[in-house]
Amino acid sequence: MSQAVTVYVPRDSAARAVGADQVAQAIAATARSRGLELRIVRNGSRGLFWLEPLVEVITPEARVAYGPVCADDVPALFDAGFLCGHPHPLGHGPTEQIPYLAAQQRLTFQRVGVTDPLCLADYQAHGGWQGLNRALAMSSDAVVDEITRSGLRGRGGAAFPAGIKWRTVQQAQAARKYVVCNADEGDSGTFSDRMIMEGDPYALIEGMTISALAVGAHQGYVYVRAEYPQAIAVLEEAIARATGAGWLGADVAGSGRPFRLAVRKAAGAYICGEETAMLESLEGRRGMVRPKPPLPALQGLFGQPTVVNNVITLATVPVILARGAGFYRDFGVGRSQGTLPFQLGGNVRRGGLVEMAFGLSLRELLEDFGGGTRSGRPIKAVQVGGPLGAYVPEHRWDTPLDYEAYAAMGAMLGHGGVVVHDDRADLRQLARYAMAFCALESCGKCTPCRIGSTRGVEVIDRIAATTGERRERQLQLLHELCDTMVHGSLCALGGMTPYPVLSALEHYPQDFGLAAGGPQRPRGERHEAV
Amino acid sequence: MSHALNEDDARTLASLIEDHRAMPGGLLPLLHRLQDQLGYVPDGALSSLAQAFGLSRAEVHGVVSFYHFFRTSPPARHLVQVCQAEACQACDATALMTHAHALRDAGPAGEVDVEAVYCLGLCASSPAIMIDGQPHGRVTPQALSRLMQALEKVT
Repeated sequence: MSQAVTVYVPRDSAARAVGADQVAQAIAATARSRGLELRIVRNGSRGLFWLEPLVEVITPEARVAYGPVCADDVPALFDAGFLCGHPHPLGHGPTEQIPYLAAQQRLTFQRVGVTDPLCLADYQAHGGWQGLNRALAMSSDAVVDEITRSGLRGRGGAAFPAGIKWRTVQQAQAARKYVVCNADEGDSGTFSDRMIMEGDPYALIEGMTISALAVGAHQGYVYVRAEYPQAIAVLEEAIARATGAGWLGADVAGSGRPFRLAVRKAAGAYICGEETAMLESLEGRRGMVRPKPPLPALQGLFGQPTVVNNVITLATVPVILARGAGFYRDFGVGRSQGTLPFQLGGNVRRGGLVEMAFGLSLRELLEDFGGGTRSGRPIKAVQVGGPLGAYVPEHRWDTPLDYEAYAAMGAMLGHGGVVVHDDRADLRQLARYAMAFCALESCGKCTPCRIGSTRGVEVIDRIAATTGERRERQLQLLHELCDTMVHGSLCALGGMTPYPVLSALEHYPQDFGLAAGGPQRPRGERHEAV
Repeated sequence: MSHALNEDDARTLASLIEDHRAMPGGLLPLLHRLQDQLGYVPDGALSSLAQAFGLSRAEVHGVVSFYHFFRTSPPARHLVQVCQAEACQACDATALMTHAHALRDAGPAGEVDVEAVYCLGLCASSPAIMIDGQPHGRVTPQALSRLMQALEKVT
């Protein structure tokens, strides 16, 4: 071979969790022992997690994929000629033609798994900094307009229009302003923030820089959960390199304007994913939820106007600036414009990252992408939107995945997490878990959440332990308790924990010892206030 | 009960306070560094921290105790975190936790801490665990036995 072949072995945590480091070592060692020259790039993950570790080789025709590869497979891969893209039982042909990937619309995730995450030249070669360069040539008003017209809404779960938030901060008069990235991705069943931070950290840095220039902030923070040590390490290195190259610091890209960025490590409190609790935590205090108003956009970090956006929201900003608001808005349906990186996890055969325009159905995600359960048993329940999301029963799987359609059926898309359970799932246990998790993670500021969640666990236990009229009374009590939590809680933790609980009760009454199709209390107005 | 820090730990604390007292919101980064270096946040550190940050001792205690991540007693030699969130529950993580406890109890005391965590971001590779900061996915009971037994050989 005249030229060193390039081999990709992901360094994404989920690839490392199934042996990617050992595979990379085995490939390097085998090449050495056979006198072959090759270059190993530790890329992000393509998000096809059932195929991880997914090894790719650059051939003259395409990047060719093999997976799931374990270290013991490596000698046989060499024997088969994988460095030339030759067939092998673990081979999948050109990566981009794997149906799971080919069917996707990757905008936010365009570079994840493709590039060397920390290589600035690679970032630039794959469209990096185009958004920032365009923003630098525009007025800050025009940048905010562009974001507003793109229809981008907060991808952390609340779906608030990003442009309106930015405009509020931009127009606020203050000596100091901040941009804070909420990377406390605590929702179980979600991992898209982690994949961006590990796999394309400069996209987040670029998005935050565009935001800072637009609103007039000079300092930014990324608040990353402690459970993501690798994301923290990659981001810190990326910030150092971007600063060294002049993309961050006293003079952003020669614009004369400063923007500095720092990573702050969270400390394992789920509630700090709520924006005001996160700000408290960044200020060095207990993560207690603040009442709103004042809005963080006006009085946020250290009392100053602050943009608080999730990782995916900010990492989507560069592509919007680079390709234009119209390009982005053309994806999606209704008021849910653009794409959402769905995360397919739990008991699913082909779990992974699926970035698609809003409007596809849960059935397409579960069946076409997911391929059913990993256990091979029937799917019983699917929780959409993290631990505060509803369990969506099969007769609702054809509803389009968009913010409004989901809200209308008393569910939510949240951060795009989809967790699959097979027919062994006990929905009473899962409902009880939702209440117990809320009790564990409540900041304690408001009573409905702090006390209600503990009472919720007790009531669910009593439903299981009683019969007849006494059980009816407990059911009534659970509904009333959930009403109180929905309407009386200060934030979404107490306010939405009833979603999984009531959806479990409504759609899986048999798991609570009730006759299916038996008397159900009308749903009432519980969803209207949220 | 508050014990005074030994000389080395007190020196570590003093230098961390020096590094962090002027940092906006510096208390949390300091607590992380302290735990990185000492393995936990000792009770004896609270008074100095309170003084340095202009807080009461109770307020500092309030911060330390609020966050699951900070421990207030010395850790075992190894930390095994087993995810107990929904995606892992869907793949038998509850049984895996029971198994982790049994493996811990079968080994020498003070060797391994087992704790529940709620999502490691490895939800498409469930059930997931983390051992001393290293992630492991699709963990079978057999794999867990192998991983935890290997820990006892590492000193």
